[in-house]
Amino acid sequence: MTATNPAIEVAGLTKSYGEHAVLDGVELTVPQGTVYALLGPNGAGKTTIVNILSTLLAPGDGEIRVAGFDVRREPAGVRAVIGATGQFSAIDTLLTGRENLRLMADLTHLDRAAATAAVTMMLTRFDLADAADRRAQTYSGGMKRRLDLAMTLIARPQIIFLDEPTAGLDPRSRRNLWAIVREQVADGVTVLLTTQYLEEADQLADRIGVLDNGRLVAEGTAAELKRRVPGGCVSVRFTDTAGLAAAVSVNPQASTDTEALTLRLPGDGSIAGLRRLLDTLDDDRVAGLTVTSADLDDVFLALTGHAAEASAAEEIPA
Amino acid sequence: MSGTYTVRDSMTMLRRNLRHIRRYPSLSIMLVAQPILFLLLFVYVFGGTLGAGLPGHEGGGNRGDYLAFIMPGILFMTIASIALGTAISTATDMTTGIIARFRTMNIARLSVLTGHVLGAVIRTGCAVVIVTAFAFLLGFRSDAAPLGWLAAIGLLILIAFALTWLTVGMGLAADSVETASNTPLFLMILPFVSSGFVPTDAMPAGLRQFAEHQPFTPMINTLRALVTGAPTGSDRWLAIGWCILIALLGYLWSRRLFLRVPAT
Repeated sequence: MTATNPAIEVAGLTKSYGEHAVLDGVELTVPQGTVYALLGPNGAGKTTIVNILSTLLAPGDGEIRVAGFDVRREPAGVRAVIGATGQFSAIDTLLTGRENLRLMADLTHLDRAAATAAVTMMLTRFDLADAADRRAQTYSGGMKRRLDLAMTLIARPQIIFLDEPTAGLDPRSRRNLWAIVREQVADGVTVLLTTQYLEEADQLADRIGVLDNGRLVAEGTAAELKRRVPGGCVSVRFTDTAGLAAAVSVNPQASTDTEALTLRLPGDGSIAGLRRLLDTLDDDRVAGLTVTSADLDDVFLALTGHAAEASAAEEIPA
Repeated sequence: MSGTYTVRDSMTMLRRNLRHIRRYPSLSIMLVAQPILFLLLFVYVFGGTLGAGLPGHEGGGNRGDYLAFIMPGILFMTIASIALGTAISTATDMTTGIIARFRTMNIARLSVLTGHVLGAVIRTGCAVVIVTAFAFLLGFRSDAAPLGWLAAIGLLILIAFALTWLTVGMGLAADSVETASNTPLFLMILPFVSSGFVPTDAMPAGLRQFAEHQPFTPMINTLRALVTGAPTGSDRWLAIGWCILIALLGYLWSRRLFLRVPAT
């Protein structure tokens, strides 16, 4: 793989189960050392793409190259450079954390000393040292996910696939995982992740592809996507009813909550718009201000014309 | 693919499998208890009557003679019982997420299965030793020379290898763990329709022909000859031939099932 080759190239990827098209002409390119997020609801085809790229599933049509290797003709080449962490923990629950990592180190063909060192390092780095000799079956969800990721990373893959890496994690575990992903990227690793959360894509990804019913309906940076979405909301809390009433009189389009003394206005995402609103308010009577950005629902509604709940198509088991 | 790493990866997977066996002892205990229960049942419940019908004993045989007669059949059932467990553990393993991980790794692809097979052969070896020791407690004695025992052990390993590749295939083909625990049951039934528990001469014509020609009969006959020190005759080659054929078919079937990249 030369430095100019993209890590992942997908052109005209289709996949169908019988009559039902799961992927319908997906195109995407991920340059080396960047993070690409596939954003979409359940059933949009995210997992199918990841499974095809990681050689778990045969593609329908299309040109699919990972690190320059054709996934159909050179799967061994692909497997040598990738690491994958799925939605369901790919750990051996009958083994301890240490044994799971050692299994991966052995399968990566590290020699004995290097394997022991790598296992110890990963246990510490992923905060699993205390639980190292307990069976993975006894681990919490967050610990299982960390072990899962550690098992993927111990092989030092050049390209990592993360399928909904933070689904079901608490906020702290989620942030820890984001930090780990960032470290990998800093080391030059390419990451393709799927997520249902715009915030996650926003935090991690250089580029985001919005997937809906097997089609990429939009692609761009987080900022670009959000610009296409008029959503977002500004909430202002007042100290008293008089303050609220005064604000309502100059912002008649706002919705109000008199009990919470709160005024809610649709935002346009611009500083200028926010400043115009603030200029209409009396500083002394404002108790607090919240600006909420567009969430996945807003993005979806704007880009697809329907809400982001799971598509009618049920999640296809892979 | 890394052909050079086939042995290393298989050993890694064997270690994984042996750990599983140690961590989940109840399955092993159940699998070894099965042939022991059969042994007790046949010797103490049926043994007196069935022993009396054995040919070649002056005035009919006794319980002890029957024990000696069924010993090869019981050893065969021990192997079949462990093989059944292998179908279950293979099917269970396939439901776990780590198999998907193995499939995305650049390792010797079949090493997962080789691990199961080697683990099962080791488990069978332990089971055979336990069951044989139990039979000795019940009064089983053998006239065989050490070389005969050695040959018997070799044949037992070969049978275990063959049945295990077959049941690994069944485990892979099964759509659920329940199915995987049912399909290999015929391995436990077929020994009854062989020379394992009664002489085939006593069976009606059609059944007798089946019993005399089904693959397990030459295996059981050869085992019997080896542990009693009798000549093995042509059964020896039939037994080895069947084992190789079953192992090969089981291997090719398992390989095809495991290596296909699913379209769905």
